[in-house]
Amino acid sequence: MRHIISALVENRPGVLAKIAALVRARGYNIDSLSVGETDDPTISRMTFAVIGDDRILEQVTKQLNRLIDVIKVLDFTDRDYVERELVLAKIACPPGHRGQIIELMDVFRGRICDLGPSSVTVEATGDEKKIEALIELLRPFGIKEIARTGLVALLRGDPKDRNGASRGVRARKSAPPPVAPGTSPADSGDAGAPLA
Amino acid sequence: MSHSNALTGSDILARALAEEGVEVIFGIPGGVTLPLMKAFETAKFRFILTRHEQAAAHMAEGYARATGRVGVCLATSGPGATNLITGIADAFMDSTPIVAITGQVATEKIGNDAFQEVDTVGLTCTITKHNYLVREAATIPKIVKEAFYLASTGRPGPVLIDLPVDISKQSAPYHAAAQASIRGYSPTLDGHPEQIRKAAALIAKAERPVILAGQGVLLSGAHEELRELVDKTGLPIGTTLLGLGAIPEDHPAALKMVGMHGMTYANYAIHYADLVVGIGARFDDRVASRPGDFAPQARIVHIDIDPTSIGKSVRVDVPIVGDVRRVLRELNKIVRAPSIDAWRNRIAEWKRQFPLPTGEATAKDRRDFRDRLAPRQPWYRDGVPVREIKPQAVIRAIDALADPHRIITVDVGQHQMWSAQHLTHRKPRSFIASGGLGTMGFGFPAALGAKVGCPDRTVINITGDGSFQMNCHELAVAVMEKIPVKVIILNNGCLGMVRQWQETIIPGARYMGVILEGSPDFVKLAEAYGALGLRAARNEEVRPVLERALAHPGPVLVDMQVTIEENCYPMVPVGKNLDEALQHD
Repeated sequence: MRHIISALVENRPGVLAKIAALVRARGYNIDSLSVGETDDPTISRMTFAVIGDDRILEQVTKQLNRLIDVIKVLDFTDRDYVERELVLAKIACPPGHRGQIIELMDVFRGRICDLGPSSVTVEATGDEKKIEALIELLRPFGIKEIARTGLVALLRGDPKDRNGASRGVRARKSAPPPVAPGTSPADSGDAGAPLA
Repeated sequence: MSHSNALTGSDILARALAEEGVEVIFGIPGGVTLPLMKAFETAKFRFILTRHEQAAAHMAEGYARATGRVGVCLATSGPGATNLITGIADAFMDSTPIVAITGQVATEKIGNDAFQEVDTVGLTCTITKHNYLVREAATIPKIVKEAFYLASTGRPGPVLIDLPVDISKQSAPYHAAAQASIRGYSPTLDGHPEQIRKAAALIAKAERPVILAGQGVLLSGAHEELRELVDKTGLPIGTTLLGLGAIPEDHPAALKMVGMHGMTYANYAIHYADLVVGIGARFDDRVASRPGDFAPQARIVHIDIDPTSIGKSVRVDVPIVGDVRRVLRELNKIVRAPSIDAWRNRIAEWKRQFPLPTGEATAKDRRDFRDRLAPRQPWYRDGVPVREIKPQAVIRAIDALADPHRIITVDVGQHQMWSAQHLTHRKPRSFIASGGLGTMGFGFPAALGAKVGCPDRTVINITGDGSFQMNCHELAVAVMEKIPVKVIILNNGCLGMVRQWQETIIPGARYMGVILEGSPDFVKLAEAYGALGLRAARNEEVRPVLERALAHPGPVLVDMQVTIEENCYPMVPVGKNLDEALQHD
């Protein structure tokens, strides 16, 4: 099963490398990873899509929390969240096919970013299912190149709700309240960590 | 220097280390640490020059394990740093608080494959609790403060500070750092009261309970609280290898060591328990080889300061994240003793049924051993073994003769397991072994570090001829720095544990790569360094040689020529449960 984990980390050189090293050393299967600065320039948000069962997920979450540069880890599983990914795709497109592609991109609320004599570059955002569906529909035209950002995600609702929900979710796991507060500064809800 | 209070990065580091109370640094300098060595000239701490950086890291570990204070080691960039790595990895696995300082090439050269450049921070990412590349001299006090704080709090571990040479010469004023506060780091110290109540309730109604105590007890200084728990409840208690000393083994509830080479009755107690209380132990694969089948009838309570240790291996019914000492204090307030006389009797019966092999009953006829040695049979004359001293007997003699306040360090292999089994472990921080990483070559430098930290205690390194030769050059340090440790080599002429496994795993094969021919005359080796060398080749020589070694004021190396075919039992083969130990060949 695929899970979304969101981590707030120190925005410092070497932090991404440390997290990547942890993931590799522990043998976790990360499907996608995206990183970007938050509104606080000292903090970045990393969004992981992780493949694995609850046990693996619990270890990933705990191991990430164990890193000193990781400020807060949230597991979005079973939570109400918004996820988006951006894709850029260069599609083989003789002038005669342009209309079809433009039509398709309209349906997907995407855009045409670039036109060449024999290709068109399109842009779309959406959740993973939508992006996958779009790619399948573009495939028959001939995909020349593709670039995807990986998922980014945020919980729905305001920050207070998030923290309340956070406790609820962790309690879902085999380990009720005890692990939760110990596991992550995240769950204390304050920890001096601004929610981006 | 433009103004009077400006110092160099090196001066700042030396001062920051002194403010942390550092009394000794083990290491080897090099090109990029020269400014640092200049600053150390006037520092209050001692600098001990080792012969290899790996040994420097192990000395820092030995110092930390024996004293509970942070050990410090230093190496130059490149090969100096890579040589430290085994020791850092060892400290990471065994939660040993050390701070490693490495020199680095100048900031502008980083990434250019400069002379003696290696990506130290990158290489040590997954074997340090945290690491730092210093970018400005002014940040050094804060980094040092954080490094010592991280190394010694929560689940302790190694922290590395990589200092580029230009930063070590950069001028900056000294601003003492405030108490470290790191937003991504706040270990949970107090256990959740509801979970502690649940644990107490499980203990009160248990019929076959057992405690498994690990090094977390020693790291949090909780041996008195543990003793109180055991006295209040009468729960039988086994320890892990690194937990030895958490409870005195002459206590009636003590079951001694659990695990692959643990006591069979202790392993049975765990396997047939209806409640296992893990305290500061991580249920690693030497204890729970098959985590899915571990203690199949038991509820498991797990107290640990590191949440990642809980649920990583065995399933846990009552997890308690917190500092062991604080959790036990709370637990002791509410815990009640269960009625478990029948269970205690059952364990006592197992204890009678499975006595610890002393070597007398095993290895009488090891024809297969001789066959496997062919065509080389250096230890047989006319088919008769030329050696007679049982390694277990040497350890029992050490146990009887050495002062009970002694610290024993060991290396890795058969001698390590025999030491764990046959010594009487009474005090915390008195048995120092490389547990998680299993580092041969650890014991001798760890003994030197322990002795530097505890100069008033007898420090003995029990080692093997294979392990000792991995860091035997540190004899120079023992002699030059006047560190009077006693090294007892159980010399069996082979990598005994690997040989034992070769026999277990590959029946009928000849020994491949395990016979240590060409080892030096260890007595002459000791003498070459200026230490006392002694040898025992016959049973009647063991006690007098040990007595002489213990009485000698300086460093001593003892070559105990033990039987070579001896194997270490009991042994739970890899992939078997704790009730499936082999008792003999």
